[in-house]
Amino acid sequence: MMVDIWTVMWKEWKELLQARGNRRSSLWMVLMNVGIFGAFMPWQFGLQWLNSLWTVFWMLFVASFWTTNLIADSFAGERERRTLETLLASRLSNRAILLGKYAAALAYVGGQILVSLLLGAVVVSLAHGRGQFLFYRPSVGLGAAGTGLLGAGLVAGLGILISLRAATVRQAQQTLLIPLTIVLILPSFGTLILPADLQARFFQWLVEAEVTTVVLGVLAVLLVIDAALLAGALARFQRAKLILD
Amino acid sequence: MNPIAIHLENLTRDFKTVRAVDALSLDVPPGILFGFLGPNGSGKTTTIRLLLGLLEPSAGKAEVLGFDTRTHADEIRARVGALLEHPGLYERLSAEDNLEFYGRAWRMSASERRARIKELLSNVGLWERRTEQVGTWSRGMKQKLAVARALLHRPQLIFLDEPTAGLDPVAAAALRDDLAALAAQEGATVFLTTHNLTEAEKLCARVAVIRKGKLIAVGHPDELRAKTGGPRVEFVGKGFGESVLAALRARPEVAGVEEQNGRLSVALRGDANAEVAPLVSLIVGAGAQVEEVRKGRASLEEAFLDLVVEEKK
Repeated sequence: MMVDIWTVMWKEWKELLQARGNRRSSLWMVLMNVGIFGAFMPWQFGLQWLNSLWTVFWMLFVASFWTTNLIADSFAGERERRTLETLLASRLSNRAILLGKYAAALAYVGGQILVSLLLGAVVVSLAHGRGQFLFYRPSVGLGAAGTGLLGAGLVAGLGILISLRAATVRQAQQTLLIPLTIVLILPSFGTLILPADLQARFFQWLVEAEVTTVVLGVLAVLLVIDAALLAGALARFQRAKLILD
Repeated sequence: MNPIAIHLENLTRDFKTVRAVDALSLDVPPGILFGFLGPNGSGKTTTIRLLLGLLEPSAGKAEVLGFDTRTHADEIRARVGALLEHPGLYERLSAEDNLEFYGRAWRMSASERRARIKELLSNVGLWERRTEQVGTWSRGMKQKLAVARALLHRPQLIFLDEPTAGLDPVAAAALRDDLAALAAQEGATVFLTTHNLTEAEKLCARVAVIRKGKLIAVGHPDELRAKTGGPRVEFVGKGFGESVLAALRARPEVAGVEEQNGRLSVALRGDANAEVAPLVSLIVGAGAQVEEVRKGRASLEEAFLDLVVEEKK
């Protein structure tokens, strides 16, 4: 099973690196992502980047959007490019195909998050360290990496369920953006429509809250949602259903 | 080797109110090229999907290489190769990477993969272009690569669904030659669906004809021709007007007459030794000119059309 999952990951990575027609433009895309969230943002935020809860939420937000296109292309793309049936006619099991694609997306996004976070520490150290190497507060660093990865897992799980029914990559991307907007953006803006006193109490709580507690809470919620979505995707990813869809 | 490569017993598949495959019973012996013929929408692709275990039958059963498609679909897919309705190639990847992926999927060792990829791509004349992205290739080249992919892991049984569909005549003929050579080299059973009768006649040792999911005939192409089409005579010349056609139709030994572009095709009743001279005299007597006369049997295409039309009636 592990060998088969690795085989699917190998293919997905190969395709990802050729996604824009050639390897060089795909690498440019990765460099641009890492450049913005590993250099520009940390430089702008300064020391806050290493210590603030905002870094955790930024990484959750960014990882989710990076995963949207990836996962839609990986699943709905197989149907749109008419490669799905041949893949299903191979000896690879349903689980190996699904988990291989899931793991490839997570590894790709997770890799970019890790590189961005490490580069971020270097940039902040160079700009504000006065010769010292500064690193993340543990709960922020681990929290950003963890929520980024679990956020990618959430979108990947949701994306699989949506992509399995979508006829095209674009349709899958658009459909996926709707729940993603609700889950990620609505809470942020939702707080603004709260009555003024509630709003003030919420922000006060956020400022005073123990970062570790908040991060652990977010990680726990994400983990439960990820597990549920992956279980749903595994149940839904059946050859006969895919052919009929 | 299994005594029967494919065994179907009243295999049926319904899609809501439509019966795509209707009580199909059939045996395919191993080591031959078997043609599965039928017009568009006759249930050929659904049958292949059922045989690969991609769909479950609504009734009846199918065994492939001795395995039940309901319970042992994984075992079947591990032993067969398939070129389905579409080539199913990853167009962003190179030809080599496409084969590499499926070689890995079939758990071939690295050295085995390398040697086999080189062998197959060389056989279909694509070795020199192995590093090119498949998306830039012509349809004929893609189809050849897809055939190579189906043969990669030396399967015991290969499903080819309309392998020459959409190809120009030159590319189709080249692919047919490759297919025949490769099938002979590999010694595998080939289950080929097509509505190209010339292709089936050239390649297949046995053929089955289906219409609306029902089996209407099975046998060697010669047997099907003998069963449906009697002897025929073709006249090439001028002046084959209605009076000539009417005179011919009035003859007791004539079963049918067709005229197209100066060619008169006359289907005869009885055996192939029926005399042609009286017909020539009749045509000439009716004022037409005869330049060439050819005797022969019905082609598989004519036999197929007869079968399908008969079934319709």
